[in-house]
Amino acid sequence: MADDLNWAIGGEAGDGIASTGKIFAQALSRAGRHVFTSKDFASRIRGGYTAYKIRTSTDRVQSVVDRLDILVALTQRTIDENLDELHDDSIVIYDGERSWDAEIPEGVTGVDVPLKSLAEDAGGAIMRNIVALGAACEIASFPIENLDESLEKRFASKGEKLVENNKQAARLGQEYVQENYDDLPEYSLDTTDEDYVLLNGDEAIGMGAIAAGCRFYSGYPITPATDVMEYLTGRIDKYGGHVVQAEDELSAINMALGAARSGARAMTATSGPGIDLMTETFGLVATSETPLVICDVMRSGPSTGMPTKQEQGDLNMALYGGHGEVPRFVVAPTTVAECFQKTVEAFNLAEKYQLPVYLVADLALAVTEQTFRPEEFDMDAVEIDRGKVVDEDDIDQYLDEQDRFQPHYDAADGVSPRAFPGTEGGAHMSTGLEHNELGRRTEDTDERVSQVDKRNRKVETAKQEEEFDYREFGDEDADTLVISWGSNEGAMVEALEYLEDDGIDVRFISVPYIFPRPDLSEEVESADDVIVVECNEQGQFADLLEHDTLTRLKRVNKYNGIRFKADELADDIAATLTEEIKA
Amino acid sequence: MSSDVRFTDFKSDKQPTWCPGCGDFGTMNGMMKALAETGNDPDNTFICAGIGCSGKIGTYMHSYALHGVHGRALPVGTGVKLANPNLEVMVAGGDGDGYSIGAGHFIHAVRRNVDMTYVVMDNRIYGLTKGQASPTSREDFETSTTPEGPKQPPVNPLALSLAAGGTFIAQSFSSDSQRHTEIVKEAIEHDGFGFVNVYSPCVTFNDVDTYDYFRDSIVDLADEDHDPNDREAAKEKILEGDKEYQGVIYKDENSVPYSDLHGIGSNMSEIPDGAPEDAMDLVREFY
Repeated sequence: MADDLNWAIGGEAGDGIASTGKIFAQALSRAGRHVFTSKDFASRIRGGYTAYKIRTSTDRVQSVVDRLDILVALTQRTIDENLDELHDDSIVIYDGERSWDAEIPEGVTGVDVPLKSLAEDAGGAIMRNIVALGAACEIASFPIENLDESLEKRFASKGEKLVENNKQAARLGQEYVQENYDDLPEYSLDTTDEDYVLLNGDEAIGMGAIAAGCRFYSGYPITPATDVMEYLTGRIDKYGGHVVQAEDELSAINMALGAARSGARAMTATSGPGIDLMTETFGLVATSETPLVICDVMRSGPSTGMPTKQEQGDLNMALYGGHGEVPRFVVAPTTVAECFQKTVEAFNLAEKYQLPVYLVADLALAVTEQTFRPEEFDMDAVEIDRGKVVDEDDIDQYLDEQDRFQPHYDAADGVSPRAFPGTEGGAHMSTGLEHNELGRRTEDTDERVSQVDKRNRKVETAKQEEEFDYREFGDEDADTLVISWGSNEGAMVEALEYLEDDGIDVRFISVPYIFPRPDLSEEVESADDVIVVECNEQGQFADLLEHDTLTRLKRVNKYNGIRFKADELADDIAATLTEEIKA
Repeated sequence: MSSDVRFTDFKSDKQPTWCPGCGDFGTMNGMMKALAETGNDPDNTFICAGIGCSGKIGTYMHSYALHGVHGRALPVGTGVKLANPNLEVMVAGGDGDGYSIGAGHFIHAVRRNVDMTYVVMDNRIYGLTKGQASPTSREDFETSTTPEGPKQPPVNPLALSLAAGGTFIAQSFSSDSQRHTEIVKEAIEHDGFGFVNVYSPCVTFNDVDTYDYFRDSIVDLADEDHDPNDREAAKEKILEGDKEYQGVIYKDENSVPYSDLHGIGSNMSEIPDGAPEDAMDLVREFY
């Protein structure tokens, strides 16, 4: 990609790194450039090291790579943390007037800009990051006017003066580089007329929820799922909905369950530690056949693990968490845009089949701000299917001989009629105890067996009625098949290009449905080598596919807390091809 | 809501399996009467319960109901009510469910002040697991798991409620049917979280806090010169500790329920067939 650029700003937590990065990302997006961002961050409010990284191109970008072209370093540690990504054409922007003596690695060009002094000239030291953005615009040959709009959007609520000061700060940075540096490595960022939207996976999930008619959200703040809650707060209210910040995740899922029993489309979102707590109530949701979307934005576990790092380690938890046996669906979006689409779908599946749906996303999706064409969030395509809801007019056909409504009626397809509270003649109970068709406790062996069978029959019905498909990339005739799930798709799609350059043809299948999931046995059997890529140590999805196909699969696993990177992934896959399959 | 609803309409055709003489019979009857007398009917009523003898109440009453997991009935009730404010939501629980495993939720439900009613059948014992100390058991109450007594003070649920900003705090005795019904009725009518701790004796496992004990020791606030709107007076009564009061101890006449504060009023089950009409605005925000 000719004008592919990797830019980053890094410093301490509290330095305004993320908001500065977002301003630049928005400027690039508004200039019709594709953007893919990532964050290096830690679980602390001040200090340490944090960075916001942007990869931008006029072509679509779907992954981070191990390469940095322009780095704004507010601390030496920012430089040190990124040594491996800097190269001979890299430029580091730093402030030589500050107390640290920047050690610029050999071969890398240092651009010393008095960020703080220039910011003060523009009206305040707080704008030093904006000065750096102006300098970056100059170095990258990116028209600074694009930055203006982004600054207006960010600071409009704080008054015109502040907006103007920020624009001025950017220009001082730009001019300083113009006047003091020539012969810098050349970068050029073209602009286009394309309109893109820039958002992250958590926001896409929240937007999908509103589009799908979700009106009740209860949650407890946790990295990296909090953005879902923050997105919905204030927005869902406009559609008659509400967000409750619960006292803990136990409460959050029970509130959502209550709202769902009331007939609302309800959701809660959390990460691994919250899922642990919610597992207590999961069985109740499933056995009371309550439609509920439970979103798990995965991070590195176990226990507190690495709260700000990537992992796809909760797959087994979503599939098997909780005592006893009861069906649940597990859907795992593979891109930020798909976070929107699959959230809508999750609500429909939950209500059609009256069961909990785990919407399993991961940190890489949640924190990545990525550009999309607005059409990818197609509101006209949103269909709402509420399943077998009965109202007062037709409730009579669902009453037993004693005129009692049967919420767990043993229907042929396993799906019972559903009456919202307030429906005349529909009063009924349900319970976490095994129950009969009336929703009352039973230990009768026949009733037990028929209710277990009924619940499981919903899965068979869904398999017949729904299309649990997958997406395919690369060379469909290739001998090598790579399969992955969740956010790895973007890195893998780009890795295909690197592999092709090395003469390795690969067929790539990206799977968003974990349960029920597509039957891949034919695809697996027809390939010479099958490699399953996932961000965990045990290969949880590979286990599932091996189980499905009884074929031994090669695996690429990563569990250091960092997402896959396209170039590195290509190397891993090439290396795996020469390995023997692990017994 | 129909006006000709009788309290027996809230009875299901299922016979309770509570021990003969259990206080929960009286507690439940009062709840049914109070619901009928406040103009509710089974189709607009939602009962939430947790685990324990109290948890079975949803089976014995006729209404919409969910019998959930141990200690979490209050969050369920909160979700039910906020999603459809037209429903009358009543949460029932025991002292273990509400003040032990669910104690955290109790405090926050009180703070949140959602317009619902919480009736705790307090028998000061774990009955369903056959006689272990509960959070309201006396310090020297000998049980299979506390042979010399718990040696820790019992939880004072009224004090917890007051400290958490409770807007309606009451106590009743299951055996005094008329007063119990009146008090629950007032809790239902209260604009906010109506909390009633009900002495509901366990005839099988608690030989200390018996019907006789409560009959002999109960002091009815209606017979005293007590102003339930006076928070200081309520505090004094609640912290006295040596009296078993019955009646409304504290009531905040200015209580504003959660839904009003947050502008919630619609039945959230009603949604359009597709995305909201102006949903593309949500996308445009990200330009």
